[in-house]
Amino acid sequence: MASQTLTTPAMPAGQVGRSIPRLEAAAKVTGRAEYVHNMSLPGMLHGKIFRSVIPHGKIKHLDLDAARAVEGVFLVAAIDDIRKVIAHPYYGPAFHDQPILADGKVRYAGEPVAVVLADEAHIAEEAAGLISAEYEELPGVYDEVEAHGAQVFVHDELKPAATFPDLAHLLGRRDTNVALDFQLRRGDADAAFAAAEHVFEHHFRTQPTMHTPLEPFVSIADASGGSLTLHTASQNPSFVRIEIARLLGWPENRVRVKVPYLGGGFGGKLYIKLEALVTALSLIARRPVKISLTMQEQFFMVMRHAATIRIKSGVDKSGRITARSCEVWWNGGAYADIGPRVTQKAGFTAAGPYDIDNVELNSYAVYTNRTPAGALRGFGAPQTCWAYETHTDMIAAKLGIDQLAFRRMNLLHDGRPQATGTILRDAAIDKVLDRVAERMNWGTPLERGTGRIRRGRGIAIGFKGITAPTTSVAMINLYADGSCGLYIGTVDMGQGSDTCMAQIAAEVLNLDAESIKVIHPDTDVTPYDMGTLGSRSTFHMGTAVRLAALDANQKIAALAEELGVPPNSNLPFSELLRRKYRMQAGNIIGIGSFIPGYDKPDQETGQSANVTPFWGVGGSGAEVEIDIETGEFKVTKLVNVADVGAAINPKLLAAQLSGAAIMQLGFTTSENMLYRDGQLTNGSFADYKIPCLLDMPAVFINEFVESRQHDGPFGAKGAGESTTIAVSPAIGNAIADAIGVRLMDLPLTAEAIHGAILAAGIGGDDEH
Amino acid sequence: MPTLPIDCTVNGAATHLDVAPRTILADALRQDLGLTGTHVGCAHGSCGACTILLDGAAVRSCLMLAVQAAGHAITTIEGLSNPDALTPLQAAFRKHGALQCGFCTPGMIVTAHALLSANPDADADTIRDMLSGNLCRCTGYISIIEAVLDARAAYQEARA
Repeated sequence: MASQTLTTPAMPAGQVGRSIPRLEAAAKVTGRAEYVHNMSLPGMLHGKIFRSVIPHGKIKHLDLDAARAVEGVFLVAAIDDIRKVIAHPYYGPAFHDQPILADGKVRYAGEPVAVVLADEAHIAEEAAGLISAEYEELPGVYDEVEAHGAQVFVHDELKPAATFPDLAHLLGRRDTNVALDFQLRRGDADAAFAAAEHVFEHHFRTQPTMHTPLEPFVSIADASGGSLTLHTASQNPSFVRIEIARLLGWPENRVRVKVPYLGGGFGGKLYIKLEALVTALSLIARRPVKISLTMQEQFFMVMRHAATIRIKSGVDKSGRITARSCEVWWNGGAYADIGPRVTQKAGFTAAGPYDIDNVELNSYAVYTNRTPAGALRGFGAPQTCWAYETHTDMIAAKLGIDQLAFRRMNLLHDGRPQATGTILRDAAIDKVLDRVAERMNWGTPLERGTGRIRRGRGIAIGFKGITAPTTSVAMINLYADGSCGLYIGTVDMGQGSDTCMAQIAAEVLNLDAESIKVIHPDTDVTPYDMGTLGSRSTFHMGTAVRLAALDANQKIAALAEELGVPPNSNLPFSELLRRKYRMQAGNIIGIGSFIPGYDKPDQETGQSANVTPFWGVGGSGAEVEIDIETGEFKVTKLVNVADVGAAINPKLLAAQLSGAAIMQLGFTTSENMLYRDGQLTNGSFADYKIPCLLDMPAVFINEFVESRQHDGPFGAKGAGESTTIAVSPAIGNAIADAIGVRLMDLPLTAEAIHGAILAAGIGGDDEH
Repeated sequence: MPTLPIDCTVNGAATHLDVAPRTILADALRQDLGLTGTHVGCAHGSCGACTILLDGAAVRSCLMLAVQAAGHAITTIEGLSNPDALTPLQAAFRKHGALQCGFCTPGMIVTAHALLSANPDADADTIRDMLSGNLCRCTGYISIIEAVLDARAAYQEARA
């Protein structure tokens, strides 16, 4: 195994930094790319789920007979059937709190209660419609702040997973909806507030939203042969194998998880989703089982946390922020999923990218009777940024200081401690802010409109820490004809990891990136990777790939030496293999593994000497045009700038940055899972509007700044989430600039603006 | 389940199918004919991933019953592809990086083909309008417009 002190060849091979088309482009534009969506196995059954129609209650009676009587139905299963093959059918990455099917109790409307298997999906669907359930309804808790202190409990007791030692103290805790409370204390916030010249406090809310990958959740399990193979649209095959093996009590080598291309993921297809269910069903049925959710059903699987955020700042006479306290309540829904990690990771950056000596943060993961919440492109950072960047803008306005100048005055720079105490390094916060200001022409006056039309502009900047500590392992196999296979568990869900990783390997091996074959995740074949999530792949897997390629190069050199070939002879490795094995035979295998350094935050203070492998940084600027009669508004210009370290493939990166920004534009202006009494009222693409081409801002600029992550592969860091972080507050700040009224809650809709205008008594009403 | 016989043309070939009356066209294409390049995203007509050509017009195959295709000519992404080389639209999508996960891509290309076949001079606004019913959750759309603009030349030449 290569040591991490090895350096790369002195002469760049020109593979990194090149905008090559994605390796699988031809397969995708011809409709030939492989997705689980398209897969079918011999003898495969289709499953359709019967779901709870109430948000909270005990199951008194479940009538499966009518469904069983439908011709063509193979099996109807509820939790008792699942128990026959999985004795303890509870799963989850942080807490083992989620039953494979509802176990005596339902905790959200839409929760899976029973499943019908049939040869044809239509028959299963028809039969599932004949299932009925009687419930003893329980009062529900839906609001995250209300649930924090409520006497209605979603779970009787907390069940943390053993895999997270820092959650062990929560084991068996009862009568609470708080799954995790993270706290951070730096300096003396109370004293600093008392001494401050000005104190500002504001409350913000963000709404629940959903990933809506165009390929809905889909998994196939085949346990018909005594071992198990899963074909699943998953972002983390290694985790799926470990968790399914745990549930079954099997060794990992009896569970094989294969992942082709994903039709989008965005954090939704993480951990266990349908995998445990199809596994159990296939074990019972002894046939392959496929479950494909519909777009509507996706809204019952996982969503982005809604959040309530209270933020308070103390500012001195000169305009320096001297203290900040934040309280964040995360609406975790009925099952914890990865919510406790969102709570912690987004918790420690909740005060924003500012240099503040006295910080007090509390972040709560709260169970409610809603769809479970998990990771969604930013791991909570966009929610906290909405709060701290709106708050920061409001302070600047109140103090009469230019918004850009106020941010610059307080900005966190490399070499200074972040709120955790970790010294900031390789975070180009200042460069990102400068570039946003430049692209917004911040110094020049804006045409502000007349009559009904008002224009305004705003900026915002945010950052995020990266999940830590996590491991990636990569393997390079050099074949005897001179070609190369790259074996990685990173899932290409559209971000372009296949291409990017091939470029990194090619750079070290001095091959053409286009000639490298990337072998897709298959846990029987590809080595461990923690998951394709949280902007971690380029940095973590990219480093592992680089180390694997260096290891392969060392082995080539050793083989040359063994064969008596003089150094620098430049004989290709295929020729070395031919000489060694006297025919076209053999392999050279390079292995690389990488786990970055990490210092676990102190339980009481959240302080850590090394809290994140790198910092994700994103800044945005927006111009808006508002009709003050109706509240209708357009984002006429949107600028997004990210710190990506160095770009491995600039063109792929550009699409990632613009895609993340447009997604967050949807989360800012239109997307909102609307609940009434615990019931989702708009769970479809007809009612839940994601951005289309007509929603693109007329001016839409996405850029990255020149920077370098000192320990990233060729200076690179992750970039998949950075341009989600600051979009919402940039637009909200622009709206406030245009009409002088603040919206504190997302999403920013025409109705909300109109309501705010009416409440503030602005506009043309008195002209009538 | 009783079936109904239908005859239609699929990607230029005379095709006979026996389908249950409730079968949607997208499922018939994908499951009965193995034409899996047509992807089903939302299955309620909102995302456009399942777009095909019906007698040359872009339609959503999730909103049609298979029996409604009787007597019509259907073209899917497979029918717009050839084994030797990418078509101008496909090459432009590849060159401009106008795809990420690729799930919406066949529907985008089918819709763009219908547009440029009818109007090879379409400007960016027209392209935006015509493609606005095809949702992409990944790219942010910039590269898709660039690709379609770039592919116009081939359609203009074909007309000349």
